Amino acid sequence: MPNLLAKGRLARWSGVAGASLATLTTMAGTVLAAAAEHAPNAAHGGEHASGGLPQLNPANFPTQIFWLALTFGVLYYLMSKKALPRVAEVLEARQERISRDLAKAAQLKEEAEAILAQVEKSLAGARAEAQGVIAEAAAGIEANNQARQAQLNADIAERLRTAEASIATAKEQALANIRAESTGIVRDITSRLAGVDVDQAQADAAVAAVLEERRG
Amino acid sequence: MDPLHQFQINSLFQIVLGGYDVSFTNSAFFMVVAVAAIYALLVMGVANKSMVPGRLQSLAEMFYEFVANLVRDNAGHDAKPYFPFVFSIFMFVLIGNMIGMIPYTFTFTSHIIVTFALAATVFVFVTILALLKHGLHFFSFFMPHGAPVALAPILIPIEVISYVMRPVSLSIRLFANMMAGHTMLKVFAGFTVMMISGMGALGFVTGLVPLAINVALTGFEFLVAFLQAYVFSILTCLYIRDALELH
Repeated sequence: MPNLLAKGRLARWSGVAGASLATLTTMAGTVLAAAAEHAPNAAHGGEHASGGLPQLNPANFPTQIFWLALTFGVLYYLMSKKALPRVAEVLEARQERISRDLAKAAQLKEEAEAILAQVEKSLAGARAEAQGVIAEAAAGIEANNQARQAQLNADIAERLRTAEASIATAKEQALANIRAESTGIVRDITSRLAGVDVDQAQADAAVAAVLEERRG
Repeated sequence: MDPLHQFQINSLFQIVLGGYDVSFTNSAFFMVVAVAAIYALLVMGVANKSMVPGRLQSLAEMFYEFVANLVRDNAGHDAKPYFPFVFSIFMFVLIGNMIGMIPYTFTFTSHIIVTFALAATVFVFVTILALLKHGLHFFSFFMPHGAPVALAPILIPIEVISYVMRPVSLSIRLFANMMAGHTMLKVFAGFTVMMISGMGALGFVTGLVPLAINVALTGFEFLVAFLQAYVFSILTCLYIRDALELH
């Protein structure tokens, strides 16, 4: 803010400048006016033949003071009672609106921050919950896998046992067939080679003994 | 061709009141125009009461805030009741000066009696204000604080003279600036016309020089028109502050 001294100096400067300009131009003007008056076709020469400044003609003073007082009085009345209160009203309304809007904005910001905090909180909750669900699902899958693995193992063992049993049966069957066949062959061979007719039970016992011996 | 002819007062409507000639003159006409223009600007400007002001409303608000700041910064917060007075002074002088910048108009602020009457109004106003506020203590204003009592016979007359001269300097500053500027414009315009009529074809060339000066002077005159209104109101504010605070 420019200080009062500077303002005072400005006023003084412009006063001095104005006064000197006035002096200069009044002199120039008077010369020109004189020239105009002496010119043969001076249109307005007669109107103020006195040659002085119109400003210094006291005949003009009453009317100017009268109309100045009237117009300035009216202006002051209009400004103080009508115009300025209206402008002030508009400016105050705007100021009020601005501060109200600012307060509202601050309030909304606070609300938004509260909502944000809440969202973050529920987000964290949801995340924890999701972790739990994932862990649970993983455990379930693991358990399921183990159960199926066990079942599969049992199944395989069962099949193995069945297969082994059937193999054993087939072997037994084959052995029995071999024994019966061998008995027949033995009786046949002995009758043809030695002419001895070995009875069924004897031949069977002999084959069984040999088979037993071989197996051992 | 007379550069002072523009200051001539012409009666438009003869009125005599109590033996005085108070005719409606060209000066009075432009005072009425100024008041009407100021009132129209402010009232029409804020007629819509827009939250976001238009051009006219911005202008009206700008003037209001400009003068409000002027009063607050220079006359203090206690001077708020006198804001309409300073505003009226500022707008009256400013619009009066600006109307004068329109060709063929009359500049009522270029008449010493008008500016003196305005300055005297300010002077009487602040003096009454000071007397009402401080009573007889007001007269201590003429004896600067801390000055040796022995100097009183010298200081008091100086202070009284400087106080009484306030309306004189206030009015002459405005009057002289306005009259000087307008006379200069007319003088330089006259040079151009004289060169053309006196020097023939050559005059059209040499006449460009005063014309160019006149263009610059016109811009300068707009500055002066505003500046003088500003100075007049700022000094009014400072006088109000003196009246309220007595130093």
